[in-house]
Amino acid sequence: MNPELQGRVFAPTAPYLVGREKIREFSRAVFATSPLNHDPDAARAAGYDDVVAPPTFPIVIQEATLAQLLAEADAGIDFTRVVHGDQRFSYTRAIVAGDELTATLAVTGIKSLGGHSMVTSQSTIVDASGEHVVTAISTLVVRGDE
Amino acid sequence: MIAEIGEIVAEKTFTLGRDSLVRYAGASGDFNPIHYRDDVAQSVGLPGVLAHGMLTMGFAVQPVVDWIGDSGKILDYQVRFTRPVVVDAADGAVVTVVAKVGALTDAEVRIDLTVTFADQTVLGKAQARVSLA
Repeated sequence: MNPELQGRVFAPTAPYLVGREKIREFSRAVFATSPLNHDPDAARAAGYDDVVAPPTFPIVIQEATLAQLLAEADAGIDFTRVVHGDQRFSYTRAIVAGDELTATLAVTGIKSLGGHSMVTSQSTIVDASGEHVVTAISTLVVRGDE
Repeated sequence: MIAEIGEIVAEKTFTLGRDSLVRYAGASGDFNPIHYRDDVAQSVGLPGVLAHGMLTMGFAVQPVVDWIGDSGKILDYQVRFTRPVVVDAADGAVVTVVAKVGALTDAEVRIDLTVTFADQTVLGKAQARVSLA
């Protein structure tokens, strides 16, 4: 992997409009049964504008940034050797239906360990007014030749 | 709501089938074939089709969400993916989540998750920090 990736910041992704049915679909997929995930009235009663996305939903927005990273011509990352090492989300607020979200990727760490490479990247996700919503941090492990 | 460090606040068992993986693939947009094709999974040295790590991360926090009643109180959630969850075509996979109080202040609680499949943990350092405000 190219060590010069360290510190690189990518262009913001195209805005992602969070749909109510997408939140319901994602909620069903992760066994999220809270009424806040499915019922707009329940969500409003709890102080939200619309249904609330489950905690790992930001991966859907982050995905576009990881695609940028893997597609970077000089990155030298072989997709077929990539394994997800760890994942973290740090929230300012929950995502709700109606949010229009943009993510900006920065490569924050590159290291080698026992023939494998590890790349840590941070995707900062903001809403249409530019306010921080959540930061998603991933480490991808690129397995070396075996 | 909170008692003390070490207390188990939630515990739940999830049964995954291949249909769960197809559903998650569609919902998340992660169509890596190791999550639905045994031949592709085996070609990269895996025993067979695996659950998406992000699916396991996704449901592992749900007992915590149900306990607090509002996922908007989660400040931070992290996991390490340490072992694969192999989902048998016929029998599926049974994954157990135990959520325990790991640390506690006046402002927040850290819930530590133990996520087990086939008697082995599959996530490391699986922690959710929850606001008590």
